[in-house]
Amino acid sequence: MAQTSHGVGGLTYDAKKRSWPAEFNVFLALVILVAIFEAIGRIFLGDSFLFNTRSDVAGIFNEARLQIIILQVSIVGIIAIGVTQVIISGGIDLSSGSIVGATAMIAMSFAQVATVNGNPNPKAMFLAQGLTDLPVIVPLLVAIGCGLLAGLVNGALIAYTRIPPFIATLGMMVTARGIAKWWSKGQPISFPTDSFAAIGKGLMPVIIFLSLAVLFQLIMTYTRYGKHCYAIGSNEDAARMSGIKIANHKILVYVIAGILAALAAVVLSSKNLTAQAGMGVMYELDAIAMAVIGGVSLSGGRGSIIGTVIGALIFGVIISGFTFLRLDAYYQEMVKGVIIVGAVVLDQWRQRLRALRA
Amino acid sequence: MSDIVLKTENLTKRYGGVHALEGANFELRKGEHVAIMGDNGAGKSTFVRQITAVEQRTSGQIWFDGKEVNFNGPIEAREAGIETVFQNLALADDLDVPSNLFLGREKVLFNLGPFSILDRKYMRKATEAALVRTAVKIPNLSNTIRHMSGGQRQCVAIARTATFASKLIIMDEPTAALGVQETAQVENIIRTLKDNGEPLILISHNMRQVFDLCDRIVVFRRGRIVANLRKQDTDGQDIVSYITGAKTGEAELAA
Repeated sequence: MAQTSHGVGGLTYDAKKRSWPAEFNVFLALVILVAIFEAIGRIFLGDSFLFNTRSDVAGIFNEARLQIIILQVSIVGIIAIGVTQVIISGGIDLSSGSIVGATAMIAMSFAQVATVNGNPNPKAMFLAQGLTDLPVIVPLLVAIGCGLLAGLVNGALIAYTRIPPFIATLGMMVTARGIAKWWSKGQPISFPTDSFAAIGKGLMPVIIFLSLAVLFQLIMTYTRYGKHCYAIGSNEDAARMSGIKIANHKILVYVIAGILAALAAVVLSSKNLTAQAGMGVMYELDAIAMAVIGGVSLSGGRGSIIGTVIGALIFGVIISGFTFLRLDAYYQEMVKGVIIVGAVVLDQWRQRLRALRA
Repeated sequence: MSDIVLKTENLTKRYGGVHALEGANFELRKGEHVAIMGDNGAGKSTFVRQITAVEQRTSGQIWFDGKEVNFNGPIEAREAGIETVFQNLALADDLDVPSNLFLGREKVLFNLGPFSILDRKYMRKATEAALVRTAVKIPNLSNTIRHMSGGQRQCVAIARTATFASKLIIMDEPTAALGVQETAQVENIIRTLKDNGEPLILISHNMRQVFDLCDRIVVFRRGRIVANLRKQDTDGQDIVSYITGAKTGEAELAA
């Protein structure tokens, strides 16, 4: 290491003075939360939250519950991966929920079977045009195209007109929801092909979510794109003076976020075997909340995909925990709100503490 | 002539009717440390902004490293070898030291466009080398800039100029916001640069600092260069009278 003893100013290098990663705190919060549910369960219900208590099922853990915890947050989690990158770059994306709605409708209309129980598919939009029973790649590409286009519009608006990301993506949020409703005049679109339905079957959403999380964690850590996300979010003027092409980067970030929202739409509509114009409402806020709980700073420059994944798991544990304790869903919402604010307050304290110690 | 690093002739900048810089003739030789002094609004920063092409000059010529140059922007100037330490530190708070040193010119292992894989090991090694060269001490390279003192940040900004084979370093009031100890730290780095023979233009209001660190002092007043004096031919009193206008006329040093 650079033990440069010929330095000046009385500063010394201290390898032990290394701060632990912010993700560790988030993970600790997750463990504590699980422990709380476990304790309450043991004391009041005589049942375990985490561990397997049934003799007719093998295994140490309650695998069904573990699966549900992660399955129920996987789809919003996919969106949160993109939102995390946007927030780290100093932006915000309010449009992802509506992009899910619009993309689900448009992609699903290209994933329809021709006949249902021997009769022509009543919900097929393009039956007359013969656009039914298409290979799965078609709706998939259509979806990616939708996400790309929405992200391109978001990014270009923010990069070139210099309007705040909040406003640009708010506009996209309203517009995309309008497109979702207009596409089939409010009618749900159902009866997808088997190959399309396979995308969201069983634990597929979990596999897709975690694969994308790993991929983007690597990208954020090891590529120029990732480095520039952090640089722009932390000091845009410095990044510009250093020769980073801010406009290009911003467009790319929003395009990636749009495509990830579109992939979430594919998984969601495939899992539900239907697409509805109201799909994905409030997903953007859940995704932002996951990121924030996971330690992503809303002022940009700080956070990671791993943090967001743990944030998503905290979400999942809360929902499953409340179901386990047989508490109303209303309480979930209330506690979620408290946790979002609490996470940010704790992070602020931690930052101030670190600044004092440095 | 060959040992002249930077030369400007009749460098002029007007903002509408305001003559911010008028016919500046300036020379900087290899290994030379030159101070630029003057009152606020005298044209010091304007002069630097023309050289680094942050602004485009109204008229005049610039020679750098033996060639006449017309940079289109600060990035071109930097690529040619002019490194500037800005008054408002161009650092990204949430990045660690190597990332800041290589900001915007990251070394890559594989080129995949925006998704190029970074050569983190190389950048870390080069950072350590740069810190040794400038004698900068940083407690931990992996710490983000946010958790560093003003002096450490300024040191990182200066070390950045030494990471790349820069041919000219320009510092715009590098110690204006620093405490006594931190100022001493930065001044020591500047001495190290002098020992290494790296030419420097230092904008400063600190008379003691200028006499300590520089070979030559150029005084700006109302957009014009009014004095160009070797350190040993002048003193603080003399410089102040040029800055305030008590003494006028272009004082040329006997070459």
